[in-house]
Amino acid sequence: MNELLRALPTYTAAHLQLSLAALAIALAASLPLGIWASRRPRAGPGLLALAGALQTIPSLALLAFMVPVLAALGGWSARALGVAVPAIGVVPALLALSLYGTLPILQNVVAGLAGVDPAAREAARAMGMTARQQLWQVELPLALPVMIAGLRTAAVWVVGTATLATPVGAPSLGHFIFSGLQTRDYAAVSLGCLGAAALALALDRVIRGLERAAARRRRGPAVAALGALLVLAGAAALPWGAARSGAGAASPVVIGAKTFTEQYVLAELLAGWLARETGAPARVLGSLGSTVLFDALRAGEIDLYVDYTGTLWATVLEQTGPPPGREALIAELRRVLAEEHGVTLVAALGFENAYALAMRRAQAQALGVATIGALARHAPELVLGADYEFLARPEWRALEAAYGLAFRAQRSMDPSLLYQAAASGQVDVISAFSTDGRIAALDLVVLRDERGVIPPYDAVVLAGPRLARERPERLEALARLSGAIDADSMRRMNAAVDEEGRTPRAVAHAWLDAHPAP
Amino acid sequence: MIELERVTRRYGDVLAVHELSLRVERGELVALVGGSGSGKTTTLKMVNRLVEPSAGVVRVGGRDVRSLPAHELRRRIGYCFQQIGLFPHLTVAGNVAVVPRLLGWDPARVRAKVAELLDLLELPGELAERTPDALSGGQQQRVGIARALAGEPEVLLMDEPFGALDPITRDTLQQRFQEVRQTLGITTLFVTHDMAEAVLLADRIAVLEAGRLLQVGTPRDLLRAPADPAVARLVATPRRQAAAVDALLAGPAA
Repeated sequence: MNELLRALPTYTAAHLQLSLAALAIALAASLPLGIWASRRPRAGPGLLALAGALQTIPSLALLAFMVPVLAALGGWSARALGVAVPAIGVVPALLALSLYGTLPILQNVVAGLAGVDPAAREAARAMGMTARQQLWQVELPLALPVMIAGLRTAAVWVVGTATLATPVGAPSLGHFIFSGLQTRDYAAVSLGCLGAAALALALDRVIRGLERAAARRRRGPAVAALGALLVLAGAAALPWGAARSGAGAASPVVIGAKTFTEQYVLAELLAGWLARETGAPARVLGSLGSTVLFDALRAGEIDLYVDYTGTLWATVLEQTGPPPGREALIAELRRVLAEEHGVTLVAALGFENAYALAMRRAQAQALGVATIGALARHAPELVLGADYEFLARPEWRALEAAYGLAFRAQRSMDPSLLYQAAASGQVDVISAFSTDGRIAALDLVVLRDERGVIPPYDAVVLAGPRLARERPERLEALARLSGAIDADSMRRMNAAVDEEGRTPRAVAHAWLDAHPAP
Repeated sequence: MIELERVTRRYGDVLAVHELSLRVERGELVALVGGSGSGKTTTLKMVNRLVEPSAGVVRVGGRDVRSLPAHELRRRIGYCFQQIGLFPHLTVAGNVAVVPRLLGWDPARVRAKVAELLDLLELPGELAERTPDALSGGQQQRVGIARALAGEPEVLLMDEPFGALDPITRDTLQQRFQEVRQTLGITTLFVTHDMAEAVLLADRIAVLEAGRLLQVGTPRDLLRAPADPAVARLVATPRRQAAAVDALLAGPAA
């Protein structure tokens, strides 16, 4: 808990900074747009509809969508201007949040201007104001309270949605929520939620003060509320911790991690290994989306991460046929990744974390099911629980086709909740990861893929082009991890986090202590 | 001096004002009277180009109103209307100061003018820093008139300025306005549908019907020699009403 509280100011400041910057951009965009829309009775409704449509895109999808868009844009701007737009981190989060915050402000700018008393408008014209003077001296001041109300709505939305910025690599209070959900640290989840809620409430209060002052046309309270807003912005800009500034160390190695326990442990393990073997400083950027990582590695935004051969086979090589064997797949990937993407496959760690289908041991025995082929006969009476990614992946389609699987129902849910859902009987069969410590702990069994449809999932360390070019000695040090971790060790480390509540960092360091330098 | 020369305003197929010619001499008040839809307000608004004529020429002080940008023209023409349209985010003083500030007067001159007009319209000085919502309807229209006069305009346009006031307030304000107007000697075009008001305030009355001018003349001219039965009916209304009121109040002879 202490560790959590120590990290709180850093993430809160980052969260606030991100939110305020997004609000500022949203405000700067929607003010002229709103004025433009309110002068054009035909185009105006179209613009509002477009902004409304943006709003209906789920926020997480919008955030994730920014990554490939920016990656493409970054590639173009790097060629055309010599400057690459960063595809992960604060920029995509800021863009998506700004888009998100635009609608409520835009709507209220339009509504506020439409609500200006026609008599005041006529008087402004008749007194001899130019169109610009009418806008600035009469219409905008009269629309101000309504516009500020829109800002207030936007502030609450943006602060809430900013928690979702974590998977695209922008630090925010979402860090506590995402990592806490994965490692089942509910104190962390609560801290993240409460922190975001408190921040939203505080901002809401301050802006409401501003709104009231504007409605009553009182200068004193308005100045006080603006002051409070500035203090908040100033506080957010203070250097609260190392996470934001990257400690100013000479370009640390940035290690990415997906959103599950094993990835946190392995990222910490790689960081610890690099520090010990080469003295290189390393920084872990956790809770990134799975597809975000490979793009980020290619773009040089991160230097290292661990991926799985089967995943790369399907998503990067875009193969759908049956994969070659374990070794052949590693060799093929090493060649294609280097030739086509400039990515180095540094080491295969020595274990597989395959997608697998698992069910309760007692039910499997009662039905006499040990293989997926046997499962297919009972599937029409059973309910499948799967993580969101699994059902969209080619492996699942291959399994469905090869075994003729048709379940009574399919439910998708967060991977961290799947095992408990199976153990408690809410679903019968789940998509599982073969190294997950909870399979043994909750008395589940993995069903055998007797036709070899699921490709091998060897954990492999991938390095980006910058590290390979500038620091080959670090890659050599990492290559010594080849075959160093077997499936049992990995399962135990995962269980230590998920079941015993230890931190990924502590578990990784325990492994390092037990494996001194060769 | 205001001149309208064969001025026409068309809205699609509808002729709101048809070939209307009218002169308001320097220092004179001409009342435009007529029923709803007779074209009074459209005629008035063509003087300061809130409405642009479809044909014809409008001159103020001898100059075609199209010879300068609309906003510059309007700063030289006072405008006062029934809805008043005070700016709710400005104080009383701020409202009165709008046109002088647009004209770029120095602050001392603006302050002096505001004080002079509040005094002229018998508004207590302590109201200067209040916002309009703290004022009664009559006080608001006094501010509206002060605002219209603040830029020292050549001419004044008034569109039923007292139409929304209660009878006693209206009576007081009509009298006060008449005194102010005669002191300043300002040329005024005044729209009203209230014949009594027209008779009380106007030097001459112009009667409109369906966008055409039926007759222009002093109240007495119109009463004595109406050009049209409609004019006769209209001009007779105040006296008929007054007579009826007198008769009712006197009651049957005991």
